[in-house]
Amino acid sequence: MAEVPQQAKCVVIGSGIVGNSLVHHLARLGWRDIVQLDKGPLPNPGGSTGHASNFIFPVDHSREITDLTLDSVRQYKELGVFTESGGFEIARTEERMEELRRRMSSAKAWGIESELVSPAFVKEKVPFIEEDQFIGAFWTPGVGVVDSLRAGTIMRDGAIESGALTSVPNVEVTALDVEDGRIRRVRTNKGDIEAEYVVIACGVWSPKIGDMAGVSIPLTPAVHQMISVGPCPQLSGLPGEINFPIVRDMDTFCYERQHGADMEVGSYAHRAILHEPEDIPSIEQSKLSPTEMPFTSDDFDPQLEQAYELMPELLGADGAEMRYAINGLLSLTCDGAPILGESQVKGLWTAAAVWIKEGPGVGRAVAEWMVQGHSEIDISHCDIARFYPHQMRREHTRLRTTESFIKTYGIVHPAEQYESDREQRLSPMNESQKKLGAVFFEAVGWERPQWYGSNADLLEVYGDRVMPREHEWDARWWSPIVNAEHLRMRESAGVIDLTAFAIFDITGPGALDAVQRTCVAQCDVAVGKVIYTPVLDGKGGFRSDLTVMRLGEDHYRVVTGGAHGMADKKWFADQLGDDASLVDLTDQVSTIGLWGPKARDILSQLTDADVSHEGFGFLSCREIDLDGITVLASRISYVGELGWELYVSFDQAAAVWDKLLATGAPLGARPVGIGVYVTTGRIEKAYRAFGLELDGERTIVEAGMQRPKVKGADFIGKEAYLAQRASEPAAVLCTLAVDDHTSASGVKRYMLGGEPILTRSGETLTDGHGHHPYVTTAGSAPSLGKHLLLAYLPPEQARIGNELAVSYMEELYPVTVIGNDATPPFDPDNERIR
Amino acid sequence: MTNVLVCIKRVPDSSGEVLLTDDQQGVDGRYVGFTVSNHESCAVELAVQTAEATGGTVTLLTVGPSEATEQLRDTLALGCHAAVLVEAEPTRLGPADVAREIAHVVREKEAAGTTYDLILLGNDAADSGDFQVGIRLAHALGRPVVNGVSTVEVADGHLTARGDGPDGEETYSPPLPAVATVLEGGVEPRYPTLRGRMAAKKVEIETRPLSAEPAGASRVRLLLPPPMPSMVEVLGEGPEAAGAVADLFGKLGVTR
Repeated sequence: MAEVPQQAKCVVIGSGIVGNSLVHHLARLGWRDIVQLDKGPLPNPGGSTGHASNFIFPVDHSREITDLTLDSVRQYKELGVFTESGGFEIARTEERMEELRRRMSSAKAWGIESELVSPAFVKEKVPFIEEDQFIGAFWTPGVGVVDSLRAGTIMRDGAIESGALTSVPNVEVTALDVEDGRIRRVRTNKGDIEAEYVVIACGVWSPKIGDMAGVSIPLTPAVHQMISVGPCPQLSGLPGEINFPIVRDMDTFCYERQHGADMEVGSYAHRAILHEPEDIPSIEQSKLSPTEMPFTSDDFDPQLEQAYELMPELLGADGAEMRYAINGLLSLTCDGAPILGESQVKGLWTAAAVWIKEGPGVGRAVAEWMVQGHSEIDISHCDIARFYPHQMRREHTRLRTTESFIKTYGIVHPAEQYESDREQRLSPMNESQKKLGAVFFEAVGWERPQWYGSNADLLEVYGDRVMPREHEWDARWWSPIVNAEHLRMRESAGVIDLTAFAIFDITGPGALDAVQRTCVAQCDVAVGKVIYTPVLDGKGGFRSDLTVMRLGEDHYRVVTGGAHGMADKKWFADQLGDDASLVDLTDQVSTIGLWGPKARDILSQLTDADVSHEGFGFLSCREIDLDGITVLASRISYVGELGWELYVSFDQAAAVWDKLLATGAPLGARPVGIGVYVTTGRIEKAYRAFGLELDGERTIVEAGMQRPKVKGADFIGKEAYLAQRASEPAAVLCTLAVDDHTSASGVKRYMLGGEPILTRSGETLTDGHGHHPYVTTAGSAPSLGKHLLLAYLPPEQARIGNELAVSYMEELYPVTVIGNDATPPFDPDNERIR
Repeated sequence: MTNVLVCIKRVPDSSGEVLLTDDQQGVDGRYVGFTVSNHESCAVELAVQTAEATGGTVTLLTVGPSEATEQLRDTLALGCHAAVLVEAEPTRLGPADVAREIAHVVREKEAAGTTYDLILLGNDAADSGDFQVGIRLAHALGRPVVNGVSTVEVADGHLTARGDGPDGEETYSPPLPAVATVLEGGVEPRYPTLRGRMAAKKVEIETRPLSAEPAGASRVRLLLPPPMPSMVEVLGEGPEAAGAVADLFGKLGVTR
């Protein structure tokens, strides 16, 4: 048995699927002196991997999660531990059938073979199912099961054999030593290890280990109930582990998965049963294993009857008994995404809240990130740096996962809002907004008005120009008031609360170097200039896009979206040299946007400063006095109108807001919600958004955002960017307009995003990456009277006037390419901004 | 037709390390959950087999907290027909109290027209280990009792109970009605079926209060014995160890 070494380059804590896959990939990428620890024995140390049901349905609505799943399946296949069984998601209701049609959109968008089938089709493959219990199904032949313990063993043993890894079971981590913000040492009950890197990859125990270094890993252990019924005569005596497709009974939140002679029935239908990591029993205290908690049969009883209804002859067969039943623990997070990446402690990494279907893919991506600084698959939405303080509270995780658990198999609208733990961050204008009847959507804790009930009077003013939606799904979490606000902004002006921006200052003699190194755009500009810039990773993929203001020779202010603001802050902080420092102003500085043809009239009524085009040019910023209040005004626009972002301290923001609204009212100005800011105003201008059009797998060239010149100064990703510019793009971001919205039933339908783009006759398109085009943003363009879509198309399809189709709920709608670069469909010459 | 009454007790599962509650009045089942003892599981199995063989019924009885309905339902799912909960805080009751309460229910049921020809109990309780309730119950009812039996059969108004004695297998044949306490090992308890579980949900559990205030000896506190020294024997490593593992499984009765 291996002993605990005294030194290591990297210590990986955990020998589940994630830890094993991680050590394998670290070794493959050339790292040596890796040490893997687990408190439990090998090969099954007692974590969630050991009791996983081990099946994989590849289709998810999230592209990033699907990418990780497909990469994992590829790895499982290479390891020889994947058995293809096929899988059904069955629908008992028409509402679910519609969701399965939406599933088909995702399947086509991600290029996964799937089809909608009849109950008779299911019955042919699953003879013991009752056909009259459901009305249709989503069939994915590539669904399969894996042996995740075996996979982990193969990967771990491979790393040991290559001489890169020492794996020590039965060792308990007792402390993590942090010195000067850097991880130094792992203390265990069998000796201490000095280490350059440490990765916490121990699933449900991760928060407990994170706490040892003062790092919040906000996941909660949660129960997933499963029973195993057998031996079933229909399953006995067949070769191998699985012979029939897996059935997900979506409307009862259950699944039925053959395991040898037994049928496993798992449930996501029960109340959320959450535990604290500290309350998980030790191996000695456990009945089966620490993560196989005692079964609470009352919680499962309703599901028994539903499962029995679906498969009475199998589950009710003579001799078929419930031989095994557990409350299995798995990890859940507040936003459903894994927790990966380096924590605020340098060298201390996390790889947690990962399921079997993503394990090997996550192992590879995190290993690449650690060794190379970036991963092939974009995992920015999983970055541990994304969390704001309110999200690091255990209470937040508990409340949000309690709300989301029951939605595991639920029908979740893409814009659906959480109800729990709201009002964590309120902008200074919140009181005023409530009086204006704001409908609040949440963005990283901020309550942001999506639209204002007080603007309902505009619906009559604009009539059909607000493009009303008649189908409930298309209109859910939406209002035609958004489009009315949009039209009013284009006609007069809109005042928009942008408090959710993350704002941080970089100061010091090294400030210029730090921002130059981080940003693609030239940052060595005159004081008072505003820079819009992409931020790239080392392989030339997007880390972010944001604005930087030069406020002094040694003073830059970075303004970025709230959703990824914390990750951006860490990225900038990591590039600071010794001569620069970073100060977060997010909770001190509020931002108010003022845009529209009347914006200058409104502003000039409140200030003596010269706000003329000549006196206050586009992409410049300066402090002005606004009726006695000092604000930093920056002349930029994300909605394609003349106007400013006004930065003002929190204590004075509400006063500025009121003054703008009061001064603007006689000119027709209105408060305008985020629906305009992030969708309608943006899509009319074909402005790209990080997380939708822009991510780690996309390039500046593909996004059509390259400038004529590349700055001389070095920056992260420069070499890759130069190479991208020198070759043809593999895909081109295009703007498409929907030509006809009429569905077969006559109801007009409006796409919401995520739908596949196909040829007019419904054939698949494939770009140079081997990916298939899908809608990255969909939204109304009220000024054009069109519904617009953004999508990356294969270069040969990226022709203006090209006639294609979008598939929505399994019907084809004609679309036409109206833009194949960043040229705005609305006001293409940007005359309104001047 | 034999009507069997089986007495069960809600106890923490003892397959993990045993922990006591802070007040030392009970065993903490937080990590392992609650169950009935292996002896009682075998008693239930014998009861279900007897009822099936004779066309009779199985009634469950427990003296315990309201949470014990969980064990009654779990056990009903194995093919039992009725259940009685005498609701009581178990730490207040000694074996004399428990025996008195069971006897009280048996007498009342008899007066109402239901006779339990055979009463089965576990050999001893998994948590308190008193070894008394069966004998006290039989004494209270004036019935014969056989302790530590592995199997039971009913025929011609007699019970045939077999068990291991110091000199080999012993067989007793008292007349019915009779009481027997069961030692695990004679039968393999079944798991619940889905249909059994669904049927168990529909059974109405009869809940009764204590018939008298606790009067016998009762619990002062529980103490844990010092941990047993653990011995590890490594059977071998890699595929070569397979034979030794298979032999051990055979010896332990895991494989048959």
